[in-house]
Amino acid sequence: MKREIPLLIVFIGGLFMAIQFFVPDSRSEWVYEFVMDWTIIIGIFALALGIWSFVRVSVNKINRRQENWQYSIISLIGLFGMILFGSSVMGWLGAESVGLESFMFRQVFNNIIIPLHATTFSLLAFFMASAAFRAFRAHSLLATVLLFAALIVMLRFNPYLGPVGNLIGDAASWILNVPNMAAKRAIVIGIGLGMVATALKVILGIERGYMGSD
Amino acid sequence: MLKHIMSLMLVVMLMMTMSWAQEEAVSDSVPQAVPISPPTNVRAFDTPYDNGHSITLEWDLSADDPDGKGRVLSYRILRSDMPDGPFVDRGVAIPAGEHKHNDKGVKESDNENYFPKGKDFYYKVVAVSADGESESAIVGPVHSAGQFFNRGLSAVAIACLIFTVLTIYFIRKARRGAELYIRPLAGIDAVDEAIGRATEMGKPILYIMGLGTAADIATIASFTILGRVAKKVAEYQTSLIVPCYDPIVMTVAQETVKTGYYDAGRPDAYNEDDVFFLTNQQFAYVSGVNGIMVRQKPATNFYLGKFYAESLIMAETGNSINSIQIAGTDEVTQIPFFVVACDYTLIGEELYAASAYLGREPVLLGTLKAQDWAKACVLICIILGVLGAIAHQTWFTDLFKVIVSE
Repeated sequence: MKREIPLLIVFIGGLFMAIQFFVPDSRSEWVYEFVMDWTIIIGIFALALGIWSFVRVSVNKINRRQENWQYSIISLIGLFGMILFGSSVMGWLGAESVGLESFMFRQVFNNIIIPLHATTFSLLAFFMASAAFRAFRAHSLLATVLLFAALIVMLRFNPYLGPVGNLIGDAASWILNVPNMAAKRAIVIGIGLGMVATALKVILGIERGYMGSD
Repeated sequence: MLKHIMSLMLVVMLMMTMSWAQEEAVSDSVPQAVPISPPTNVRAFDTPYDNGHSITLEWDLSADDPDGKGRVLSYRILRSDMPDGPFVDRGVAIPAGEHKHNDKGVKESDNENYFPKGKDFYYKVVAVSADGESESAIVGPVHSAGQFFNRGLSAVAIACLIFTVLTIYFIRKARRGAELYIRPLAGIDAVDEAIGRATEMGKPILYIMGLGTAADIATIASFTILGRVAKKVAEYQTSLIVPCYDPIVMTVAQETVKTGYYDAGRPDAYNEDDVFFLTNQQFAYVSGVNGIMVRQKPATNFYLGKFYAESLIMAETGNSINSIQIAGTDEVTQIPFFVVACDYTLIGEELYAASAYLGREPVLLGTLKAQDWAKACVLICIILGVLGAIAHQTWFTDLFKVIVSE
């Protein structure tokens, strides 16, 4: 019974959601939204588990003086600091605004968190350059074809090519709209079928990896 | 002399009077603004394949609105729940030239835009011009109703049914012991080798499940692969690190890894802290994972699941520390990044196939065979569609038209 009941819930839930997709009536929509609301509620409870996991791992690292344990202290200060700045405790301490409007919360968010995110994202540009350098080495026939295709696609935005620019633009459009699009669609069709197959396996109880032991 | 002057003035006055009279006659002959023609043949009906909270209106354009280039500026919709009014403006200005409108509301009765289901309504369409407005005849009563099957999705439903039948057929065939050939996947064949390498080097294995939630199919596929990897890791007695982006994914991943260790007969080796929650901020997660990579230098990195812009940042960092990298995602835009930066990449559906391939269970292999047959069917349909289009026969492609309710 320990396995049968979850499998039955998955079967009924999965079947309902599959049928619901074809039923546009507002009652069907209502049930769908109800289920989605529960997903959000479960997610909120799970967040508490996530925070607990993070704190436990960090505290263990500090206690055992594992390598680079100092970073865990900074992580915990960041976590609890933001909770403190965002909570109403700041109001009791005399702050004019609390919650998301709290002065300290906004200062840390705008001047530390956002720049850190932007910095990490901007690394992508450099990684793209290094990855492109590796990918475009003409060490085989296919790699050479890839190199030429990439060159044409990249050159299409070059404003200094004059009349040749139009030819390159047309060639780039053809590459993107014909061979590239065909390959993309082939992958998407495969993904769609794979998704349906995986969903079927889950609904029918064939795929049980997410449930733990067989 | 005076007599002549008086006569002259009289003539001038007479001429001026005649001139004014002529001017008045001229001004009287300018036509007054002619009212524009109203829209005609207004039809109101329940919107098909919807949730039952809208009415669709169609009308023939006003005679003064030839393709939106005439005197008509726009159309307004008036609605009443009584045939004799009062009619209330629905607050939309439909551009001239258009002859269809979906009068749609919401299903929540406490919302100001609530559209009651099953209630009779009467409609008028008003043509608006600079010279005035002109109303159509009243049409109604009409009421909305929800449908229990979206016939616009018939093609999808039939395709799903065919695929389900195919899958069940091949699963039964596999259960009866039929030999099913599945083409080798280099990325999956390399899993054992990658875990063995990590064991030899005495370094951990990093398993990243991406930014997906537990509801994403890619993440579900990743759980199954994680279970197999955890079992191998336990058998080889090496260590596994699984930093998670989503708390629910973390909870399921902990259970999956624990099961892998139990299945390998090494429950004592399982450490709950190996599968942990990092953060649910995309770039903070990337920083955390990259930090783990740079500090712990894992011998093998798995990137299996749903990935977005962070894919290349992580894969390039892994590449820089010379890890063996195996990636797989169903995000088409991220696949090229993984192909460039990783040693092996599972492209699209191969991610879903990996779990069946790793397990080699006949039932799971049966679903792969069904996928192959379904792809063959899609290929045949594409060829027939292309041939039909060349021959100007669109009836075949029309069979696949999908209407999604708004």
